Amino acid sequence: MLHLETGKYAFFVWTAYGISAGMFVLMIAGSLAHARRWRARAEALGRK
Amino acid sequence: MIPAPAFLSNPERFMAFSRWAAPLFGAIALVLGLAGLWLGWTAPEDYQQGATVRILFIHIPAAWLAEFVYACLAVASFLALVFRHVLADAAAQAAAPLGAGFTVLALATGSLWGRPMWGTYWVWDARLTSVLALLLIYLAYMALRASLDDETKAARAAAILALVGAVNLPIIHYSVDWWNTLHQGASVFRAGGSALAPVFYWPVILMVLAYTSAFGSLWLVRIRGEVWRRRADAAALRAARA
Repeated sequence: MLHLETGKYAFFVWTAYGISAGMFVLMIAGSLAHARRWRARAEALGRK
Repeated sequence: MIPAPAFLSNPERFMAFSRWAAPLFGAIALVLGLAGLWLGWTAPEDYQQGATVRILFIHIPAAWLAEFVYACLAVASFLALVFRHVLADAAAQAAAPLGAGFTVLALATGSLWGRPMWGTYWVWDARLTSVLALLLIYLAYMALRASLDDETKAARAAAILALVGAVNLPIIHYSVDWWNTLHQGASVFRAGGSALAPVFYWPVILMVLAYTSAFGSLWLVRIRGEVWRRRADAAALRAARA
Protein backbone atom coordinates (compact mmCIF):
# COMPACT_ATOMS: atom_id res chain seq x y z
CA MET A 1 0.00 0.00 0.00
CA LEU A 2 1.46 3.35 -1.06
CA HIS A 3 1.70 6.04 1.63
CA LEU A 4 1.28 9.14 -0.50
CA GLU A 5 0.15 11.38 2.36
CA THR A 6 3.01 13.69 3.23
CA GLY A 7 1.13 15.99 5.61
CA LYS A 8 2.90 19.19 6.61
CA TYR A 9 5.98 18.19 4.60
CA ALA A 10 4.10 17.96 1.29
CA PHE A 11 5.72 21.07 -0.20
CA PHE A 12 9.26 19.83 0.48
CA VAL A 13 8.69 16.22 -0.59
CA TRP A 14 6.74 16.91 -3.80
CA THR A 15 8.97 19.81 -4.82
CA ALA A 16 12.02 17.55 -4.46
CA TYR A 17 10.39 14.85 -6.59
CA GLY A 18 9.19 17.43 -9.12
CA ILE A 19 12.66 18.94 -9.53
CA SER A 20 14.17 15.45 -9.91
CA ALA A 21 11.61 14.46 -12.55
CA GLY A 22 12.17 17.73 -14.40
CA MET A 23 15.95 17.32 -14.37
CA PHE A 24 15.66 13.77 -15.70
CA VAL A 25 13.38 14.97 -18.50
CA LEU A 26 15.93 17.69 -19.36
CA MET A 27 18.88 15.28 -19.31
CA ILE A 28 17.11 12.62 -21.37
CA ALA A 29 15.69 15.06 -23.93
CA GLY A 30 18.97 16.99 -24.13
CA SER A 31 21.09 13.86 -24.61
CA LEU A 32 18.80 12.38 -27.28
CA ALA A 33 18.48 15.70 -29.13
CA HIS A 34 22.27 16.21 -29.05
CA ALA A 35 22.94 12.73 -30.49
CA ARG A 36 20.20 12.93 -33.13
CA ARG A 37 21.16 16.41 -34.29
CA TRP A 38 24.80 15.51 -34.87
CA ARG A 39 24.00 12.14 -36.38
CA ALA A 40 21.73 13.82 -38.92
CA ARG A 41 24.38 16.46 -39.63
CA ALA A 42 27.16 13.88 -40.04
CA GLU A 43 25.04 11.73 -42.34
CA ALA A 44 24.01 14.74 -44.43
CA LEU A 45 27.64 15.83 -44.85
CA GLY A 46 28.68 12.25 -45.57
CA ARG A 47 26.28 12.05 -48.51
CA LYS A 48 27.77 15.14 -50.17
CA MET B 1 49.30 0.74 -25.46
CA ILE B 2 45.98 2.08 -24.27
CA PRO B 3 44.69 0.57 -21.00
CA ALA B 4 41.03 0.72 -21.93
CA PRO B 5 38.46 -1.96 -22.65
CA ALA B 6 38.59 -3.13 -26.25
CA PHE B 7 35.26 -1.54 -27.13
CA LEU B 8 36.50 1.84 -25.92
CA SER B 9 39.64 1.74 -28.01
CA ASN B 10 37.80 1.62 -31.31
CA PRO B 11 35.00 4.07 -32.23
CA GLU B 12 33.30 1.59 -34.56
CA ARG B 13 33.14 -1.08 -31.89
CA PHE B 14 32.03 1.50 -29.33
CA MET B 15 29.20 2.67 -31.60
CA ALA B 16 28.08 -0.94 -32.16
CA PHE B 17 28.23 -1.67 -28.43
CA SER B 18 26.52 1.51 -27.29
CA ARG B 19 23.71 1.10 -29.81
CA TRP B 20 22.22 -1.76 -27.78
CA ALA B 21 23.81 -1.01 -24.39
CA ALA B 22 22.30 2.49 -24.01
CA PRO B 23 18.65 1.37 -24.25
CA LEU B 24 19.43 -1.71 -22.13
CA PHE B 25 20.84 0.45 -19.31
CA GLY B 26 17.84 2.74 -19.68
CA ALA B 27 15.42 -0.18 -19.32
CA ILE B 28 17.30 -1.50 -16.27
CA ALA B 29 17.17 1.99 -14.73
CA LEU B 30 13.40 2.17 -15.29
CA VAL B 31 12.74 -1.23 -13.68
CA LEU B 32 15.05 -0.57 -10.71
CA GLY B 33 13.66 2.95 -10.28
CA LEU B 34 10.05 1.77 -10.21
CA ALA B 35 10.96 -1.00 -7.73
CA GLY B 36 12.85 1.48 -5.54
CA LEU B 37 10.02 4.00 -5.59
CA TRP B 38 7.48 1.29 -4.80
CA LEU B 39 9.49 0.04 -1.80
CA GLY B 40 10.21 3.60 -0.69
CA TRP B 41 6.62 4.76 -0.81
CA THR B 42 5.21 1.62 0.80
CA ALA B 43 7.65 1.93 3.72
CA PRO B 44 6.32 3.59 6.87
CA GLU B 45 7.31 7.16 7.70
CA ASP B 46 10.41 7.61 9.80
CA TYR B 47 9.58 8.19 13.48
CA GLN B 48 11.79 11.30 13.59
CA GLN B 49 11.86 12.62 10.00
CA GLY B 50 8.26 11.84 9.12
CA ALA B 51 7.49 11.96 5.38
CA THR B 52 10.71 13.81 4.59
CA VAL B 53 12.50 10.46 4.68
CA ARG B 54 11.08 9.95 1.15
CA ILE B 55 13.38 12.74 -0.06
CA LEU B 56 16.39 10.60 0.89
CA PHE B 57 15.41 8.04 -1.78
CA ILE B 58 16.22 10.64 -4.45
CA HIS B 59 18.81 12.74 -2.58
CA ILE B 60 21.31 9.98 -1.74
CA PRO B 61 21.44 8.60 -5.33
CA ALA B 62 21.90 12.12 -6.74
CA ALA B 63 24.71 12.85 -4.27
CA TRP B 64 26.40 9.53 -5.14
CA LEU B 65 26.14 10.28 -8.87
CA ALA B 66 27.50 13.81 -8.44
CA GLU B 67 30.78 12.29 -7.16
CA PHE B 68 30.78 9.12 -9.29
CA VAL B 69 30.31 11.04 -12.54
CA TYR B 70 33.18 13.32 -11.62
CA ALA B 71 35.39 10.28 -10.96
CA CYS B 72 34.45 8.99 -14.45
CA LEU B 73 35.21 12.42 -15.93
CA ALA B 74 38.60 12.52 -14.19
CA VAL B 75 39.59 9.00 -15.33
CA ALA B 76 38.50 9.77 -18.91
CA SER B 77 40.42 13.06 -18.79
CA PHE B 78 43.53 11.23 -17.59
CA LEU B 79 43.29 8.75 -20.47
CA ALA B 80 42.70 11.58 -22.94
CA LEU B 81 45.59 13.66 -21.60
CA VAL B 82 48.18 10.89 -21.29
CA PHE B 83 47.23 8.57 -24.18
CA ARG B 84 45.61 11.17 -26.49
CA HIS B 85 42.61 8.87 -26.69
CA VAL B 86 39.85 10.55 -28.71
CA LEU B 87 37.01 8.46 -27.31
CA ALA B 88 38.19 9.12 -23.75
CA ASP B 89 38.08 12.85 -24.48
CA ALA B 90 34.57 12.47 -25.89
CA ALA B 91 33.59 10.51 -22.76
CA ALA B 92 34.93 13.26 -20.49
CA GLN B 93 33.12 15.96 -22.44
CA ALA B 94 29.88 13.94 -22.42
CA ALA B 95 30.02 13.32 -18.66
CA ALA B 96 30.25 16.97 -17.58
CA PRO B 97 26.66 18.17 -18.21
CA LEU B 98 25.26 14.99 -16.66
CA GLY B 99 27.45 15.41 -13.59
CA ALA B 100 26.37 19.02 -13.26
CA GLY B 101 22.73 17.92 -13.48
CA PHE B 102 23.10 15.33 -10.72
CA THR B 103 24.98 17.83 -8.54
CA VAL B 104 22.16 20.37 -8.92
CA LEU B 105 19.74 17.61 -7.92
CA ALA B 106 21.84 16.67 -4.87
CA LEU B 107 21.97 20.29 -3.72
CA ALA B 108 18.28 21.02 -4.41
CA THR B 109 16.86 17.86 -2.82
CA GLY B 110 19.25 18.17 0.13
CA SER B 111 18.16 21.74 0.64
CA LEU B 112 14.48 20.72 0.57
CA TRP B 113 15.22 18.02 3.14
CA GLY B 114 17.29 20.39 5.28
CA ARG B 115 14.65 23.11 5.64
CA PRO B 116 12.17 21.05 7.71
CA MET B 117 14.89 18.98 9.48
CA TRP B 118 17.60 21.59 10.17
CA GLY B 119 15.46 24.71 9.99
CA THR B 120 17.40 26.15 7.04
CA TYR B 121 17.72 25.59 3.30
CA TRP B 122 21.44 26.26 3.31
CA VAL B 123 24.39 26.41 5.67
CA TRP B 124 28.03 26.94 4.79
CA ASP B 125 29.23 23.71 6.33
CA ALA B 126 32.05 21.67 4.80
CA ARG B 127 29.90 19.05 3.04
CA LEU B 128 27.47 21.47 1.41
CA THR B 129 30.19 23.92 0.46
CA SER B 130 32.43 21.25 -1.08
CA VAL B 131 29.50 19.92 -3.14
CA LEU B 132 28.76 23.47 -4.31
CA ALA B 133 32.46 23.69 -5.29
CA LEU B 134 31.98 20.47 -7.28
CA LEU B 135 29.13 22.10 -9.22
CA LEU B 136 31.31 25.13 -9.94
CA ILE B 137 34.11 22.84 -11.19
CA TYR B 138 31.67 21.11 -13.56
CA LEU B 139 30.51 24.51 -14.84
CA ALA B 140 34.11 25.74 -15.20
CA TYR B 141 35.00 22.58 -17.14
CA MET B 142 32.14 23.14 -19.60
CA ALA B 143 32.86 26.86 -19.90
CA LEU B 144 36.55 26.21 -20.57
CA ARG B 145 35.77 23.71 -23.33
CA ALA B 146 33.33 26.13 -24.91
CA SER B 147 35.61 29.15 -24.69
CA LEU B 148 38.52 27.93 -26.85
CA ASP B 149 38.15 27.60 -30.61
CA ASP B 150 41.04 25.15 -30.89
CA GLU B 151 39.40 21.91 -29.75
CA THR B 152 42.71 20.16 -29.04
CA LYS B 153 43.85 22.96 -26.74
CA ALA B 154 40.42 23.12 -25.11
CA ALA B 155 40.48 19.38 -24.45
CA ARG B 156 43.96 19.51 -22.87
CA ALA B 157 43.14 22.53 -20.71
CA ALA B 158 39.84 21.02 -19.58
CA ALA B 159 41.51 17.68 -18.81
CA ILE B 160 44.07 19.41 -16.59
CA LEU B 161 41.26 21.30 -14.84
CA ALA B 162 39.36 18.02 -14.35
CA LEU B 163 42.39 16.33 -12.79
CA VAL B 164 43.09 19.26 -10.47
CA GLY B 165 39.41 19.36 -9.51
CA ALA B 166 39.52 15.68 -8.54
CA VAL B 167 41.19 16.80 -5.30
CA ASN B 168 37.70 17.89 -4.25
CA LEU B 169 36.34 14.31 -4.24
CA PRO B 170 38.06 13.09 -1.06
CA ILE B 171 37.32 16.48 0.52
CA ILE B 172 33.60 15.94 -0.14
CA HIS B 173 33.72 12.36 1.10
CA TYR B 174 35.65 12.99 4.31
CA SER B 175 34.33 16.50 5.03
CA VAL B 176 31.90 15.10 7.61
CA ASP B 177 34.81 13.41 9.42
CA TRP B 178 37.41 16.17 9.15
CA TRP B 179 35.16 19.04 10.23
CA ASN B 180 32.15 19.55 12.47
CA THR B 181 29.28 19.72 10.02
CA LEU B 182 25.53 20.06 10.25
CA HIS B 183 25.37 17.37 7.56
CA GLN B 184 25.37 13.95 9.21
CA GLY B 185 28.17 11.45 8.71
CA ALA B 186 28.11 8.57 6.25
CA SER B 187 24.98 6.50 6.82
CA VAL B 188 24.74 4.15 3.81
CA PHE B 189 28.22 3.37 2.48
CA ARG B 190 30.34 3.09 5.62
CA ALA B 191 32.52 0.63 7.48
CA GLY B 192 30.49 -1.48 9.87
CA GLY B 193 27.35 -1.45 7.75
CA SER B 194 24.55 0.96 7.01
CA ALA B 195 22.96 3.05 9.74
CA LEU B 196 19.65 2.96 7.87
CA ALA B 197 16.88 0.58 8.87
CA PRO B 198 16.38 -2.18 6.24
CA VAL B 199 12.99 -0.72 5.32
CA PHE B 200 14.79 2.43 4.10
CA TYR B 201 18.09 0.84 3.12
CA TRP B 202 16.81 -1.30 0.25
CA PRO B 203 14.83 1.47 -1.48
CA VAL B 204 17.95 3.65 -1.29
CA ILE B 205 20.13 0.90 -2.76
CA LEU B 206 17.67 0.24 -5.59
CA MET B 207 17.47 3.94 -6.37
CA VAL B 208 21.27 4.26 -6.32
CA LEU B 209 21.49 1.41 -8.84
CA ALA B 210 18.68 2.94 -10.92
CA TYR B 211 20.37 6.36 -11.04
CA THR B 212 23.72 4.76 -11.87
CA SER B 213 22.17 2.75 -14.69
CA ALA B 214 20.37 5.87 -15.97
CA PHE B 215 23.68 7.71 -16.00
CA GLY B 216 25.26 4.81 -17.92
CA SER B 217 22.56 5.03 -20.55
CA LEU B 218 22.68 8.81 -20.89
CA TRP B 219 26.48 8.83 -20.92
CA LEU B 220 26.59 6.37 -23.80
CA VAL B 221 24.00 8.43 -25.71
CA ARG B 222 26.01 11.62 -25.18
CA ILE B 223 29.30 9.97 -26.18
CA ARG B 224 27.59 8.75 -29.36
CA GLY B 225 26.51 12.33 -29.98
CA GLU B 226 30.10 13.51 -29.52
CA VAL B 227 31.37 10.89 -31.98
CA TRP B 228 28.78 12.05 -34.54
CA ARG B 229 29.68 15.69 -33.92
CA ARG B 230 33.37 15.01 -34.55
CA ARG B 231 32.54 13.03 -37.67
CA ALA B 232 30.38 15.94 -38.88
CA ASP B 233 33.21 18.41 -38.19
CA ALA B 234 35.69 16.18 -40.05
CA ALA B 235 33.29 15.85 -43.00
CA ALA B 236 32.72 19.62 -43.07
CA LEU B 237 36.47 20.19 -43.10
CA ARG B 238 36.96 17.74 -45.97
CA ALA B 239 34.17 19.43 -47.90
CA ALA B 240 35.73 22.85 -47.32
CA ARG B 241 39.13 21.66 -48.58
CA ALA B 242 37.68 19.97 -51.68
